Amino acid sequence: MRVARHSYLEAGARARILGVLDPGSFREFCGPRARCTSPHLPLLDMPVALDDGAVVGEGRLADRPVLIAAQEGGFMGGSVGEVHGAKITGLVERALDTRPDGVILLVDSGGVRLQEANAGLIAMGEIQRAVLVVRAAGIPVIVAIGGKNGCYGGMSIIARSCDWIVASEEGRLSISGPEVIEAVEGIEEFDSRDRALVWRTMGGKHRRLLGEVDVLVADDVEAFRAALAGCLGRPRALDRAALEAEQVRLEARVARFADCRDGLDVWAALGVAEPRRVPELDADDFERMVRSMEDAR
Amino acid sequence: MNPDTPLHPADALLRGLFGEDHAVRREGKLLAGTARVGAHTVSVVGTTEQAHIGVDLALAMSRHVLDTMRDAPGRPLVLIVDNAGQRLSLWDELMGNNGCIAHLTKCLDVARRSGHKVIGLVHTLAISGGFMATGMATGACYAMPGAELRLMAPSAMARVTKIPEERLAELSRTQPVLGPGVDNFVRIGGLHGVFAGDPRAALLAALEAEDDGDDPRRRLGAERGGRPHAQAIAARVRAGMP
Repeated sequence: MRVARHSYLEAGARARILGVLDPGSFREFCGPRARCTSPHLPLLDMPVALDDGAVVGEGRLADRPVLIAAQEGGFMGGSVGEVHGAKITGLVERALDTRPDGVILLVDSGGVRLQEANAGLIAMGEIQRAVLVVRAAGIPVIVAIGGKNGCYGGMSIIARSCDWIVASEEGRLSISGPEVIEAVEGIEEFDSRDRALVWRTMGGKHRRLLGEVDVLVADDVEAFRAALAGCLGRPRALDRAALEAEQVRLEARVARFADCRDGLDVWAALGVAEPRRVPELDADDFERMVRSMEDAR
Repeated sequence: MNPDTPLHPADALLRGLFGEDHAVRREGKLLAGTARVGAHTVSVVGTTEQAHIGVDLALAMSRHVLDTMRDAPGRPLVLIVDNAGQRLSLWDELMGNNGCIAHLTKCLDVARRSGHKVIGLVHTLAISGGFMATGMATGACYAMPGAELRLMAPSAMARVTKIPEERLAELSRTQPVLGPGVDNFVRIGGLHGVFAGDPRAALLAALEAEDDGDDPRRRLGAERGGRPHAQAIAARVRAGMP
């Protein structure tokens, strides 16, 4: 019997956490009752959220202890302000004290909250620094991307500083949004209304084929849960040797795809048999195809 | 050289920091090489001409950081920051500019963690993702007087936030989290300080300063009053308080 799917894309931050963790195990820190709201938004006559759009706490996943944070995409696009960022930074750093089997970040963010400009930007650096400190202590940090806001701006740099990334096809991972590129460089450079182009350039499947995402899953809370559980207790090396290997890999990518102008070109160059069919493959078939390509290399 | 030819701004900065006798090359918008400051040999890497940080520049800088780690373990790294943010192009996004920038920042972080002092210096400009790619990944980042730092241009911020530009400008005068500029970034703890006076002496002092822990920015922001909440909130969450 197939259990009805629960869309990860449509779920809010708390529903994602409750769906990913073992039932009844979540304990929230600095929750809505603590009223840690943004001190900056009222000065701009803007509404605040009682959790500032970041839900953080601890619980269990597959009966293993984890720390978890989720960005609420419905509040200011999941953007990072002073309080929002500090909550995530503090959560990640808690791993140094409690040594969980993993720190999980459910990202759904357009990047820095412009209304808290400088504070949001520095907060990005602090989250990233905390991630790298925790990784140096051998604790894996795992990212999930599958929300409506994707993973943009500084959050995209943070995501690629973690051990593992699980994403759905609907998840997007890029530093600059299509609208920003179009606004600055013109529609000839990037037509942000061409949704298929956006997904071929920044979407989960392209990032998986490129090697920027580790697992592609269906838009299903249970699928995210299973994939995240599979990453627990598996830190990746982050030392000079690992970075040398990454440097070689990235230099080879840039040289190999120098003439590509579209995701389709990249996928063809990678040896995907029918690049035009990639968008219609379901997540499991797509993941099988990528793994067989990786095995062949 | 024709004495009437004005010195390139990066060459002027390098001369101010290291004197005439340095081996830092300028290739396009990339700076890389070695120099001496007092008794220290340092590795220098960075950009100039308000470069846009795309995959090529990010990987050129990370290559230099990795080479320093391999060839001269423990040698201090001085990162010259001068950029107009990340490069906005379809190809750079297709290649994963965020991943290449993350790689550069990881290289700087691992270098710092394995005993290289990593000092940033904002020369003329640092914007948003360009600052996160560079100065924000150092152990301590300073700025030259008059350098500009910002998230985005005030006119663009007004358009996106739908707050009139005049109102933003007014708020920026009293709210260091909103306003652009070196002073505001110092107050929120995003910069360690400003290289006032002789830049060579200031760099020497920065190189010889005690390490300031893994991330002093929240503490500095609270001490200087520009970002008073981040430190307390992070501590509260770290303690697991409800």
